[in-house]
Parts: sequence; C-alpha cells; structure tokens
Amino acid sequence: MANNIKKNLTRVQQEYKELAQSVEPPRPILKNFIRAFIAGGAICLVGQAIQEMFVHWGGFDEKKAGDPTVAVMILLSVILTSMGVYDKFAQWAGAGSAVPVTGFANSMASAAIEHQSEGMVLGVGGKMFKLAGPVIVFGTVAAFAVGIVHLLIKGGGGS
Amino acid sequence: MLKGHQSWLFENKPFIRSTATVVGPFEGRGPLAKDFDIVHGESMMGQKSWEKAEKALIEEAAKLAIENAGLTKEQVQFYIGGDLMNQIISSSFAARTLSIPYIGVFGACSTSMESLALAANLVNSGSAKFVLAGTCSHDSSAEKQFRYPTEYGSQKPPTAQYTVTGAGAAIVSMEGDGPVVTSATIGRVIDMGIKDPFNMGAAMAPAAVDTIEAHVRDLGIEPGYYDLIVTGDLAKVGYEIACKLFKKHNFPIEQTEYSDCGMMIYDYETQMVQAGASGCGCSAVVTYGHLLNRMRRGELKRILVVATGALLSPISFQQGESIPCIAHAVSIEAGREIL
Repeated sequence: MANNIKKNLTRVQQEYKELAQSVEPPRPILKNFIRAFIAGGAICLVGQAIQEMFVHWGGFDEKKAGDPTVAVMILLSVILTSMGVYDKFAQWAGAGSAVPVTGFANSMASAAIEHQSEGMVLGVGGKMFKLAGPVIVFGTVAAFAVGIVHLLIKGGGGS
Repeated sequence: MLKGHQSWLFENKPFIRSTATVVGPFEGRGPLAKDFDIVHGESMMGQKSWEKAEKALIEEAAKLAIENAGLTKEQVQFYIGGDLMNQIISSSFAARTLSIPYIGVFGACSTSMESLALAANLVNSGSAKFVLAGTCSHDSSAEKQFRYPTEYGSQKPPTAQYTVTGAGAAIVSMEGDGPVVTSATIGRVIDMGIKDPFNMGAAMAPAAVDTIEAHVRDLGIEPGYYDLIVTGDLAKVGYEIACKLFKKHNFPIEQTEYSDCGMMIYDYETQMVQAGASGCGCSAVVTYGHLLNRMRRGELKRILVVATGALLSPISFQQGESIPCIAHAVSIEAGREIL
C-alpha cells in the first residue's frame, strides 16, 4: 500500500515527502494509549455504576438493567455534546471517548446540531447519519459475514 | 508594470489608506488581541448559523475599513474579496449588502494577498481610485465544510491547524497616506504530493518558498531588503520545512527575519491549536492588524507578506487527490509620513 502511493510520486515529490516526514511531529502514541485507557475505562466505570444503581434501586435484574443504562449513557453524551464539552474531552481522551455508546451518540448529536441550519428534513434528518451511517452499514455487513461463517461451521438453527 | 517573470512593480505607489480587523473570542484571548479593531465575545456573532456569522465578520470589517478611510461606500469603485466557503458565499453575500461593484476571487488562504495585489494593480493602473480588498474565515464554518461537525469528538494530530475566526479588509488608493504597496508576485500552483488535509503546512511550504524565491529573483533584490518576511499560515510544521527548503536551495533567508502569521496569533501554551493557525483570516488580520501597526509605529520599514493557500476541496481529498498549493507575495513599505 505505502509503496503504491510512493510509485505515483515523482522523484522530487518523494524527496520532499521524506523531508516533510522528518519534520512532522509524531503522534504521541504512548500518551494517547494511556489517556484512551483512562478515559475509556472511566466511561465504562460510570456505565457500570449506573447499571448497579438500576439493579439495586430500580428493581431491574442484571440482564434488563443494560437497557436503561444505555439510555442514560446516550443522554449524558448528548447533553455533553450540546454543551460543547464532548469535543474538548475527545481531543484529550482520543480513542477513549469513542467507546461505542457515548461516541456513537456524540457523532449523531453533533451532526444534527451542526446541520440544523439547513432545516429539519435535509439538515437534521438527512445529515444526522453522516458519521454514524457508515458504522451502521459496515456493522451490518460485518454481522452478515460473521453470520454466514457461523452458519457454515455450526450449521443452521441458531442457538 | 511587469517585472521579471511573474511580478508587478507598482511605480505609482498605491497606498493602504485604511485597514480594519474583526476577530472572534478565541483570537481575542491570543497575544495579538490589542492589534484588532473589534473582538467579538461570542463566535456566533449573534447570527443563526456559522456561515452567517462569517459573512457578518467580513461585512463589519469592510464597513469599518471604509469608515476609517473617511469614505462612503459609494466612493469605493471595486470590492475584491474571497473566502473558504463553497462558491465564496461569505464575500459574495457581503458584496450584496455593500452593493459595491464586486470581483470575487478564490485563492483559499492566499486570498488576503491575492486581493491586495489585484487592488494595488487596479489603483496603480488608474482603473480605480479606491478599491476595497478583504477576506474572512470562521473556524466553525471551515470545520463544518472541510472536516467534521464542530461538536464531534475527534482527536486532531499535532500537525493540524486551527482556522482563524476573523476578517481583515483594506482600502487601497492613490490619494492619502499610509503604508505603500510597492510590488507583488503572483505564485504558481505547486503540488508536492502531500495528501493529508491535517497537514496543510507541509503541503503549502514549497509554494511559499517558490514564490519568495521568484519575488527576489524578479525584482533583483536580496532577502535582506526586507526587515521581515512573513508567510501566511504554514504554522510550526510548514515553517520548519520552509526553513529547511531555503537552506537546501542556498537561499540566504538569514539576511532577514523570517516568521509566520500562523505562529503569531495564538498562544501555544494556553490555547489548544496544535501546529498553529490557518485560514484566510489568519494572514489578513495579522497583516492588517499587527504588522501594519508595527509599521505605523516605525518598527518595520519594509515587509514581504506571502499568503499561502491550499487549493483543495472537501471532495478532492476524499477522492485521494493530493493538495495543490499557491502563495502570493505583496511587498509593503512604510509610507512617506514615516520615512
């Protein structure tokens, strides 16, 4: 892949690319790992705490408490997004803030807020899935592929 | 008058009669805050959308520049402007409000000097008495068009740049006093194959170097002729690359002070801007605000402003195209009142 890209460049461009790369500050990978670990873990911890609350005081059993927990996490993410906090937190946290539920909610809420100016239908309705759409599409495609593999190995009939 | 291969020499000495700069709250917290005419406290500027806010910025800057020149808008013959929005809507919509005959130009972030060079040429040739040149950018409208929704949580790499929310405008005329526009060099489009839209500095640096070298060659001068040469918005990464390219080409940049507008407007310590600033507004507000103020105070006699632009579109980089870049240089020298 990298070689393919290089082949299309002239010699001068290749030389320049090397010069540019020597100056470019590298992404602080170790720092990003540690921050993502802390932030992602903290979000999950909050989720776990909320789930425990639903189990202890909400009268849900362990399995059913997952649903209201997800709803609360989505709500929290959307509130933080609309307050303009989530994007700043994400610059610090990196991949940690992309943990499924809150990151997904942020991608939809941010697109909806941003494109509100183009109207409810074409703006909010049409652009809301701008970032989340690909996740759903390829998530479904991947699930389909895994389903086929499952069928071939274990045979039909499901669980 | 054509001088050399790609430069204009303005022998009739057109002046920058007045300037105006309007910026947003984030720029107002930066180190150059006192050089700007208006600092807004809120990035929406009381408008309903980011695009409308950007238009409000350039409208305000244009009106203030005309007022500072002691003119009315009926006396201004032409308005030359452009911006980063698709179909340069901010400038065209501002021209609708101003109702000054309008020439829309697009040079991405090089628009500030492209419009100033054209304005000076019109005045120098006698095609106009008063010309308004201006440009603007808004961080959120640029993010929305070129990157992600503003509130979307994505981590930017250290090479990314922060688009300046601001507008700068100037009135160029033959009558009056002020800094003189002495020459300009129109740049070639240079593409060194950089594809990363989060690394504009590296993409634009070769264009800036090419234009600076062409300017010096065309005019038959040394870089030391200028007290200061500034590039538009290369920021940290592009600036460092430009320095290396000058060295590689044996170009004596050390004769003068070389700096970059994208490294002046924000405080790296307290403001989260990664490599530095970018956007049409960056070179416009730094030049029309900070640099000309320094010239008016007598600290600078001759400067060369080289505004750099990345000519990509949101579609071109998604299709995997590399980023073609351009740079336009304008030489500004202290006016008669100072010398």
